[in-house]
Amino acid sequence: MPSDTRRIVTIICESILESPLCDELIELGATGYTVTNARGSGSRGKRSARWETSGNVRIEVICNAEIAARVKTHVHDKYYENYAVVLFEIEGVVLRPDKF
Amino acid sequence: MDPVVWFFVLGLIAGFARSDLRIPPAIYELLSIVLLLSIGLKGGVELARSPFDGIALQAAAVILLGLSIPFLVFPLAYYVARLKRPDAASVAAHYGSVSVATYAVGVSYLGTRSVSYDSQLPLFLVLLEIPAIVVGIVLARGISRQTRWSSLAHEILFGKSIVLLVGGLFIGWVAGPERIGSLEPLFFDLFKGVLAVFLLEMGLIASSQTRELRSRALSILAIGLLLPVPLALAGALLGTALGLSVGGTTLLAVLSGSASYIAAPAAMRIAVPDANPSISLTASLGVTFPFNVFFGVPLYLQIAEWLHS
Repeated sequence: MPSDTRRIVTIICESILESPLCDELIELGATGYTVTNARGSGSRGKRSARWETSGNVRIEVICNAEIAARVKTHVHDKYYENYAVVLFEIEGVVLRPDKF
Repeated sequence: MDPVVWFFVLGLIAGFARSDLRIPPAIYELLSIVLLLSIGLKGGVELARSPFDGIALQAAAVILLGLSIPFLVFPLAYYVARLKRPDAASVAAHYGSVSVATYAVGVSYLGTRSVSYDSQLPLFLVLLEIPAIVVGIVLARGISRQTRWSSLAHEILFGKSIVLLVGGLFIGWVAGPERIGSLEPLFFDLFKGVLAVFLLEMGLIASSQTRELRSRALSILAIGLLLPVPLALAGALLGTALGLSVGGTTLLAVLSGSASYIAAPAAMRIAVPDANPSISLTASLGVTFPFNVFFGVPLYLQIAEWLHS
């Protein structure tokens, strides 16, 4: 079974950003993404996911290092100043690496 | 007091007491869908029952009201409350746009008093939702090429509240009073019950929002408490001038005295990201909404009665 390492970029952000950001991820070269609802607390206060405007989402992208770098720069430049956003990146082993 | 308001009080108390009470988000979503459709359907059925002639002129006047409220609010928020420009513009958009929940409380209150209202009010609700948001964005940004108007227009025009209200209006209008009968149990008879549970959740949300008051409490309280009555008075005067009934004048006052907490926050967050959402949202949801539910709605009926006497 073929497997290889890829970058796993996780973005936790205000749910209002889900639609624009997911479109931009594809434009930046990602082949797909996974979105889940999230709640938690951080420097921008408690985000309860109670109803849409205060909700958070967690967007995960599996991609190569080059696309991961592009995503990081893009999210940093466009959203870090004014929105509640956390981004982190880890390396993971994925099956069928040619998909990502 | 209208009994549904007690459910709002219960939600507020539960929220402040940090109770584990929570309406599941999917249910809250369903309740708001049913409420929006009920309001739309009722308006559509009434429009079908009594086709109204001078409606275009009235609609134009109401849109003009929606466009002018932000211009009244912005200088107050900018120069008097000394908010930053994007924050003041965002507040202007919130207060120019409308709150469907406050409208529903107004409808329910008129129901308990057996005051009828004009059939075109749900249409006015739709017309008032959008213009102020556009004015707010322009006040914050100027007519900037950076604003992506096409995606923003999509966001505002096809937001769930507009889709459901317009859809409901249309379905009610096409179906007419005779054929709507089978839908009445869910959308008309259960209206008060749905509104009660919805307000319970609104109480929980408003209580968590008032906790945000700690920062900038004074300007937020001033905005939230001082704006609704003068704005409602403007709506009541316009309603009287347009020849609406006492009930219709009351609801137009409710609409202009209310502040948006769904459509405006979402649109402003995307279009004016440097505006601090907690200022306008706390004023609108944590201060103005409770004020209108407890004091505003009964007061606006009195104002309407006074203007009509």
